[in-house]
Amino acid sequence: MPSPRKAGWWFVAIVLLGCAPQAHAIPAFARKYGMRCSACHEAWPMLNAFGQKFKDNGYQLLNGRDAPIWQNPSYWPVTFRITPVWHRESDSQVAVNTSSGTNNGAAQIASSGFDLSGLDFHTGGTIEKNISFYVLPSSDSTGAFHFETVMARFDNLAGNSWLNVKLGKFELDNLVSEKRILTLSNDGGVYQIYHFIPPGDGNVFGQIGDNQLGVELMGHSVDDRTRYSAALISSNDGNVNLSAGANSYSGFFTFSHAFDTGKLGLQRFGAYAMVGEAATVYATSTTATGGIATTNPPAPVFVTSPIGGSGIGNKPFQREGFVGIFYLSKVSVQVVTQHGWDSAWFGAGYGQGSSGFNNSSGTTLPAGSRAPSWNGAFVETHYIWSPQLVFIQRSEWVRMSQQAQAASASSLGNLDAYTVACRWYPIMNSRAGLALHPEYSWVRQIGTAPVTGANLETSSLMIGVDFAF
Amino acid sequence: MRSRIHPNLNFFPARRFAGVFALAMIPLLCWGQTQQRPSTAIESHIGNLTGHARNAQGTYRRYCVGCHGKQGDGEGENAQWIDPKPRDFTLARYKCRSTPTGTLPTDQDLYDSIGRGLNASNMPSWNTLTRQERADLVAFVKHFSARWQNEKPGTPISIPPQPEATADRINNGRELYQKLQCWKCHGLDGRSKGPDAATLADDQDRPIKPFNFVEESRFKCGATNADLYKIFMTGLDGTPMPAYIDTVKPEEAWDLVFYLRTLQPLRTREKQIQMSSSKQP
Repeated sequence: MPSPRKAGWWFVAIVLLGCAPQAHAIPAFARKYGMRCSACHEAWPMLNAFGQKFKDNGYQLLNGRDAPIWQNPSYWPVTFRITPVWHRESDSQVAVNTSSGTNNGAAQIASSGFDLSGLDFHTGGTIEKNISFYVLPSSDSTGAFHFETVMARFDNLAGNSWLNVKLGKFELDNLVSEKRILTLSNDGGVYQIYHFIPPGDGNVFGQIGDNQLGVELMGHSVDDRTRYSAALISSNDGNVNLSAGANSYSGFFTFSHAFDTGKLGLQRFGAYAMVGEAATVYATSTTATGGIATTNPPAPVFVTSPIGGSGIGNKPFQREGFVGIFYLSKVSVQVVTQHGWDSAWFGAGYGQGSSGFNNSSGTTLPAGSRAPSWNGAFVETHYIWSPQLVFIQRSEWVRMSQQAQAASASSLGNLDAYTVACRWYPIMNSRAGLALHPEYSWVRQIGTAPVTGANLETSSLMIGVDFAF
Repeated sequence: MRSRIHPNLNFFPARRFAGVFALAMIPLLCWGQTQQRPSTAIESHIGNLTGHARNAQGTYRRYCVGCHGKQGDGEGENAQWIDPKPRDFTLARYKCRSTPTGTLPTDQDLYDSIGRGLNASNMPSWNTLTRQERADLVAFVKHFSARWQNEKPGTPISIPPQPEATADRINNGRELYQKLQCWKCHGLDGRSKGPDAATLADDQDRPIKPFNFVEESRFKCGATNADLYKIFMTGLDGTPMPAYIDTVKPEEAWDLVFYLRTLQPLRTREKQIQMSSSKQP
């Protein structure tokens, strides 16, 4: 086994090799248009203003060569992305069995090792001029696939950039996109406020970070400085097969404008709102699920569960906030705020589709139930040394402003998350992208540890090779 | 707050961190070695904006180098796959100008080209860049050629006010299209299938196609009537498209503009005039 010093020199040698001339490979859009990743990405995969315009135009440059008929017949718009990593995960409060019972103890568990991310197959582009598509089969790290994105979009209707309609499953028009996040670790790979649900709350439908099923009307000025979107989505949290409410929909709205501030660059200000409702009452069915082995013959076990798609008794929820994307030379700062509010029914635990509590006929809210609300924000700072090297920091906070139960501690569910990372792209050309990615992230939520009700702290440390071809 | 992290997480002692930090600096050094710097402090002037070449280094590297190349010679890594080929800035020869053929374009011409893009090419509109960034890029593009230090841009041609389009003017434009032998390249019907079309080459002897009026709705150097007027009065330098400013009178040039508008796949006023005149007994 080499000594630590020798291993260090090997690492230096490998890093220096990374300074060698760039290799060639072919991601989908870069290959189609012959551009480097950096043309559209501030730091891959985060879009810059040009990339955002390209996306808003329906993955078109509008240069008269967007239709697939202009491409070589061998062109196939596919890119895959995966990230082999070494990572260390720590959870301060894991429920464990003890000699006196099951799951009645708490222990800190930290583990580390080599691992894989999921695998994404991105395919997108134009079916014809002004008709675009995106299909993204995505797997978890075991290779189990689902459709992360499937959408068709009709662009520039009536020759007007203010009218674009897409249908399918897609990312909500978040100006700060979680799907293009620059941090990848288990704790740091999400924006917490895009998924925040108060402790005990049954509303999984208000997660603006999850891709959703629906239809979106979107428009923008020719230079993309001003943009809006309005989406009507099923309150299924993006799950297919009408798995939740029978007739529940939500709306997601955004508006933003970017100001040209000369040498400072473009400064974008915007706002978003999600106003929705989701079911809390489900028809139920009871099924036998096998037997208890301790009896002879085994006695069947009957489980009563809500039927997906039967949900009624819609209750409201909303999320709204401001977004700012600011540039100051090589520093960019993204700020997102959120005020969240859920109906008291969700606060009491109803509404989790076919797996949650059922607000059946005659059910009343527990005494003292209130509509939970909270405020959150994150600030993400990038120091873009060059298109091939970016340093990232993010601080995120969520504070409950009203608990679902008056008796709960006012701080229950408050969350803090901090992430630092770096991405170095030794290869970033019009054919492929590869980034070396070290990251550390730490999250604490007040009073949510299982068993003990103590503060729950988790952390992730990772170093990986994130590549797309 | 950090002190409340579980003790097991404090496994990153300062010495080890310093080593990792040092390693992280290596790519910075590598990157720094590859930086190219403008040889001169060239400026551009667009309206009240002053662009500085030195400020556009990063912008050029991010957006332009893939096609136009580090040296600005049009030999970027994508150039071999692109048709038409990227502009070679070292020659300082530009298609889209307001200035006479053979002269340098104005800074405004270059600025407009960056913001507008060149239709039917891989050059998109970069109007998402700030005005200052575009002005800086103009200066950076100029620094690739010594012509900008030895010559001054040409004087922009004057474009007289556009007259009212009439059926007679459109007919006159059609005759001019024949007389000037535009059809030899662009074809009798404007579909770019003229007898000479297959033999055309640019100034670097690379095959080049004439503009297809019937299928393209936008011209390379702009979409307005004035842009079209400018294109054939100044020519597209570096291509077989000559300048007609010495052979075509301004009013005739407008007639040609009106006729060409009837060929395009657009609902143009000229097309309506032509259709209504053809219905008259």
